[in-house]
Amino acid sequence: MLAPSYATPREKFTYLVFALYCTLVFLFLVGPILVIMPLSFSSEPWFTYPLPGLSLRWYEDFFFNERWREALYNSSIVAFFATLIATGLGTLAALGLSRGNVPFSGLILSILISPMIVPVVIVAVAMFFGFAAVGLNNTYLGLILAHAILGTPFVVITVTATLTGFDRSLTRAAASLGASPWTAFRTVTLPLIAPGVTSGALFAFVTSWDEVVVALFLASPDQRTLPRQMFSGIREQISPTITAAATFLVIFAALLMMTLELLRRRSERLRGTLA
Amino acid sequence: MQIKSLTMTLSALALSAACGSAFAADSLTITSWGGAYQKSQEEAYYKPFTAKTGIKITQEEYNGEAARIRAMVESGNTTWDAIDVDAATAQQGCDEGFLTPIDYSKFGGKEAFVKGSTFDCGIPTIIYSTIYAYDADKIKDGPKTIGDLFDTKKWPGKRALQKTPFGNLEFALMAEGVPADKVYETLKTKEGVEKAFKKLDTIKKDIVWWEAGAQPPQLLASGEVVMTTAWNGRIFNANKVDKKNFKIVWDGQLLDYDLWAIPKGVKDLDAVYKFVEFASSPEAQAEQTKYISYGPALLAATAKIAPDILKDLPTAPENAKTALANDPVFWGDNKEELLKRFNTWVAQ
Amino acid sequence: MAVAALEGDAGPGVDRTSLKTKLRRAERLNRARSFSLVAPLLLFVLAVFALPIGLMLVRSVENTEVRDSLPRTMVALESWDGTATPGEGVFAAFAEDLVQTQKDRTTALVGKRINYEVPGARSRFLKAGRLIDAGGGGPWKDKFLANDAEWGSVDFWAIMKRAGGVMTPYYLLTSLDLRQDATGAVSWNFADQSIFLEIFYRTIWISFMVTLATLILGYPVAHLLAILPPKHANMLMILVLLPFTTSILVRTTAWIVLLQSNGVLNDALLALNITTERVQLIFNRFGTVLAMTHIQLPFTILPIYSVMKSIPASHLRAARSLGAGPLTAFVSVYMPQTLPGVGAGCLLTFILSLGYYITPALVGGPQDQMVSYFVALYTNREMNWGQASALGAILLLITLVLYAVFNRLVGIDKVKLG
Repeated sequence: MLAPSYATPREKFTYLVFALYCTLVFLFLVGPILVIMPLSFSSEPWFTYPLPGLSLRWYEDFFFNERWREALYNSSIVAFFATLIATGLGTLAALGLSRGNVPFSGLILSILISPMIVPVVIVAVAMFFGFAAVGLNNTYLGLILAHAILGTPFVVITVTATLTGFDRSLTRAAASLGASPWTAFRTVTLPLIAPGVTSGALFAFVTSWDEVVVALFLASPDQRTLPRQMFSGIREQISPTITAAATFLVIFAALLMMTLELLRRRSERLRGTLA
Repeated sequence: MQIKSLTMTLSALALSAACGSAFAADSLTITSWGGAYQKSQEEAYYKPFTAKTGIKITQEEYNGEAARIRAMVESGNTTWDAIDVDAATAQQGCDEGFLTPIDYSKFGGKEAFVKGSTFDCGIPTIIYSTIYAYDADKIKDGPKTIGDLFDTKKWPGKRALQKTPFGNLEFALMAEGVPADKVYETLKTKEGVEKAFKKLDTIKKDIVWWEAGAQPPQLLASGEVVMTTAWNGRIFNANKVDKKNFKIVWDGQLLDYDLWAIPKGVKDLDAVYKFVEFASSPEAQAEQTKYISYGPALLAATAKIAPDILKDLPTAPENAKTALANDPVFWGDNKEELLKRFNTWVAQ
Repeated sequence: MAVAALEGDAGPGVDRTSLKTKLRRAERLNRARSFSLVAPLLLFVLAVFALPIGLMLVRSVENTEVRDSLPRTMVALESWDGTATPGEGVFAAFAEDLVQTQKDRTTALVGKRINYEVPGARSRFLKAGRLIDAGGGGPWKDKFLANDAEWGSVDFWAIMKRAGGVMTPYYLLTSLDLRQDATGAVSWNFADQSIFLEIFYRTIWISFMVTLATLILGYPVAHLLAILPPKHANMLMILVLLPFTTSILVRTTAWIVLLQSNGVLNDALLALNITTERVQLIFNRFGTVLAMTHIQLPFTILPIYSVMKSIPASHLRAARSLGAGPLTAFVSVYMPQTLPGVGAGCLLTFILSLGYYITPALVGGPQDQMVSYFVALYTNREMNWGQASALGAILLLITLVLYAVFNRLVGIDKVKLG
């Protein structure tokens, strides 16, 4: 399939090796994630194959233990609001930048993207000092703001990407037909950039949902998030409850991935029909 | 403007979410060392306390980082209400002013506790010991002396030590033949510190570091190490609960106290005192020994302990023959410096 | 709408100059409108992100402890010439200051600050504090000297005087394994305190190895994704992206479960008789690089893939038809065209690797901890916030320089996600 029709036997062999190599890399990518999933169904607290027996006890612990439940709740709250802020501000900024007439737009863009680049420990320590001065440490708001900052670059990047294929004459057409700017935005621009906004929002959500370093520095026990709960668990002992939590998160991530893929297809279709 | 009102709305929402959580009102956050020890506190202190007073306990774990307490106090947002600290931290906390001085009159005076265990900024709760242990199922005729911990020829394999200078420097000196009563005197000199680090150097490549108290029994159980230093109660607990056959080497054990400390700036000092008073009752302290083999610091509690538990306590006469008592003043004075030196050494 | 109006043809009756003015005004208005869309996020990022980082940078040279706690001593030291032990005046002022610091419980903190430059100073200050608490009056000089002979050291007082300055280079110098002696001369730090250059070197080296590993693993995969028909490529792309959206902690947990001594991989190696005893695969450099490579692989693959995708397949065919062997065609025609993608992917991975903290902390040994770990350590454990900030400042500088290079070569707006 890979080798072109004019390939010699030696080339065909090369392609075979190539395919094998790639298979191994894919195995490397997903293997570790797949290996821990079955362990979460083990009836014994040891990480050995073959499984001594099947049980849902670790899931029971994950969903009914107060600490894990509280952590799940906290993560949801924080990720939800952080996503809201990041998506709102990020989309606006991407729209502004894409109009192509903002002075110093290159510099501004690099500043807006920098939260993705700056080592997260530096962000965490800086906010730990800075937020303490204004009483934001150990509050939901502090954690939400910090996570929103970390999520915005993704929104800016994805929305900008959808806007590069965006035909500006469409809004002009809407305006010339008498639509107010808001109506033009709502009925023309928004549907077109919606896939980008949504996938940016998903990335922002995942960023907050997975974030542990900032949470370690800024959150009090009352705001303990899921990753933080996992982190202290990994430090002490990897109980199978952590593998249950991990499995839950992997399935969650897989659902997000599928959403992204669907959005991408939709976006391509939309652009395809409009081109 | 719109943005501002948006943030305001959001913060209002976030705040209401905070208040909606079950732990916002009428609760105390108690921070301790996690694992089996915290579990014993939960059974003996937290649960009965909540049952009696209706005040909920939020549990938090740490690994004894005094800096986290100070950072919290300095930022003016104290979220931990009572903290289980070691003696050096109780001393340091008083010196540096991040712990609240204790009103001992609420506890029947300092005389109610084991002599020498009381601190201005901490009420003693237990006497524990740092020992080392091995798995008797894997080694038949096991190590006997503190020197054996450093003898990689006779006992090859990895050994786990706590990632702190505290204890390791003392063990290194005792393994070098420094008698227990001369250890701190020696450590006060530059040469003494050099000697201790030189000794640690000899096993550096064989060391696995642990930080949380729950790790040593696991490291032993998984065979990751042949011997490990540990807090004696954790080994006791692994034998009792997980049916392990770990043996404790009491030679050169390092005795220390854990104390309840109250950071400055707690919101409801009366409630915190209520908790600490509850945890310092003879009944509660005796109850705790059922779950973990630490000696109660309250004199009146000892009488209530069953004799078969007493023999496993670090203070039992046959266990304490060569014991070294931690010198909190030495550690209060030198902790920062030795910690810096130690962290540099570990990372090199 | 302004834009729409301008599209119209300017009819013969319209005044040309006023149109120009109108045009300019409309342009300005339009620009302001664009900027007002960007402004909220820009302000948000500046206030919540850039400002705290700026304050952290200030902290790396800040020097308040001595100035705030020993004001009288500092005034008294102003006239000290630095040739001999200061006189009674300085000691009396010092005693007066100590009365206050004892009351405020800040003696230990001043001692700690001096202790950075003069080992043993902290306990000396605490001892002096107890001397003050004991009461009694002056003359103080003899009393202090009797308490500890080191109070007579000229070098000590020179360092005290310097520590009273508004700013200090101490933390930044220490971050580079340098020290300043009592006269202010700079030299290499003592061996038992020199560690930071090694840590920076280690951080760069680990990042380099991770970058190389992701390139070796990722380049063929990117090529495969680029040449497969879209239907298959999209399926495989999900395999690349799934780890991308899976929590770092989940992936780290997975590696621990796999690699620990009694873990899955060791069990398998033993069962298959490949090894006779359990191999140390984790809590060392190998485990760290492996886990980091796993996490960074998608970041390297995606930019290379998007460049490869834009290379027409006809180029290779053309080279072959002109007589080049398959290898020659690939190496001399295809590979040079992929270089921009390789550069972008590798640079991105290298930059992001520099800041790793969680993964090395969980799967590395003590000798595998990178700069970020020490920033956290000095913040949380040693409470040496100046040192944490100085290390952070240098790490930030390295990162930003590379970020600027990346922006120059690739352009951050070219980065795509999925």
